Amino acid sequence: MIRVEHIFKTFGTQEVLKDVSCDFAKGKTNLIIGRSGAGKTVLLKILIGLIPPTDGKVFYGDQDFYQLNKKQTRELRMQIGMLFQGSALFDFMNVEENIRFPLDMFTKMTPKEKKLRVDYCLERVSLAGNNHKFPSELSGGMQKRVGIARAISLNPKYLFCDEPNSGLDPKTSILIDKLIYDITKENNIITVINTHDMNSVMEIGENILFLDDGRLEWNGTKEEVLDTENTALQGFIFASPFLQRMKKMAQGN
Amino acid sequence: MLQQTFKKPENWSMYWKETMRQMNSIGIGSLVIVAIISIFIGAVTAVQFSYQMAGSLIPRYYIGYIVRDMTIIELAPTFSCMVLAGKVGSSLASEIGGMRQKEHIDAMEIMGVNTTAYLIQPKIIAALVVIPMLVCIGAFISIVGGYLASVPTGIFTHGEYVQGLRSFFIPYNVTMMFVKAFTFSFILTTVSCYQGYYVKGGSIELGNASTQAVVYSNILILLSDYVIAMMMAV
Repeated sequence: MIRVEHIFKTFGTQEVLKDVSCDFAKGKTNLIIGRSGAGKTVLLKILIGLIPPTDGKVFYGDQDFYQLNKKQTRELRMQIGMLFQGSALFDFMNVEENIRFPLDMFTKMTPKEKKLRVDYCLERVSLAGNNHKFPSELSGGMQKRVGIARAISLNPKYLFCDEPNSGLDPKTSILIDKLIYDITKENNIITVINTHDMNSVMEIGENILFLDDGRLEWNGTKEEVLDTENTALQGFIFASPFLQRMKKMAQGN
Repeated sequence: MLQQTFKKPENWSMYWKETMRQMNSIGIGSLVIVAIISIFIGAVTAVQFSYQMAGSLIPRYYIGYIVRDMTIIELAPTFSCMVLAGKVGSSLASEIGGMRQKEHIDAMEIMGVNTTAYLIQPKIIAALVVIPMLVCIGAFISIVGGYLASVPTGIFTHGEYVQGLRSFFIPYNVTMMFVKAFTFSFILTTVSCYQGYYVKGGSIELGNASTQAVVYSNILILLSDYVIAMMMAV
């Protein structure tokens, strides 16, 4: 389990996160949702150690992440897979080299074993046979899938996804969501997804954390989210006139 | 940053591969520009000195000697490295800065890679190996340039130029050339990598980082050129 305790983050005089405490459960898809500027990305970056918190603690199991020495941090990070919003594929490497990069860097696998692992990861994201294409030759959805393949290549215990559906069409978004959900279940890992896509929330939201203006405003499951009394969350979910109409229709029925 | 840069690599073969890639990019990629600059440096030095010495009592073969020593001691290392600061330095700053902006560096950090070491160490090592070689080639081409500009045009004879090249040779000057080449290549890579690694913001900031990499590298190269000259030649 990942546990966050009383996280505060300020940039200059701007307080971005205000006393956020929450848990991210194992074997579940944990979704951080909220409006743009609510502090989702900052919280995610604090979780993975890219931005240190102003105050508060992050625990991976019993380990206080920000008390670990460099070697321990590096060892922990090798158990983390991350899918970036822009995929962050190394554009001077082809698909195979991108996925093989963590294997080359941290394992003593033979070239044959690495090839098998790369092929497995590519097959897992339905991109078998695209080994020699460069990121610039792939669509946005394919780049995300290669990003997922690279993130899972070292069999991570923790998978972090920053806006996995941004810039994708609804059909591809559903594919990506399902892929992340299946990988979470298959490997029984902790997955943390940062999103404001309500489709994802309703499809794969097993543990949802709603951030509003830097505070953790609501925490629950996708079954609870529609019936919430929390006005800020209601305002976020039913922001569009279409969804408001749908809600009225549902209430009418 | 330098302390982190020279930490033990996570995987030697990956660092070796990256160093080779950088050697190819810095070395082979800069050979033509260094050759073009060098040939003109030699040519202009020979023509200018023959003009200045015209009518004086100084023997004409001294021009070959002056071209050789000026090239080896000063022009080849300093000019080449200043031009390389423009070509290689801006390219290094843009490459690393672009990786920062496209979250490549964050991606590597999360994997557990020591990014300062993996991204900067191979570049510094590659530059330290390849740039002195380029300077050496540049010095040779420069001397050939001096010959081509003056002997076929009749400014002086083949014999005079060769006699000058063979006169008063001090091997210590070559040592000075290599000291300068090593120092300048270290400066231009570290300054450029630093500017790229810590870039913040968007494309304008990346452009500024690239420009600053060239400007700061050139200033530091000239400053260290003076310091080395004071230490080794006085």
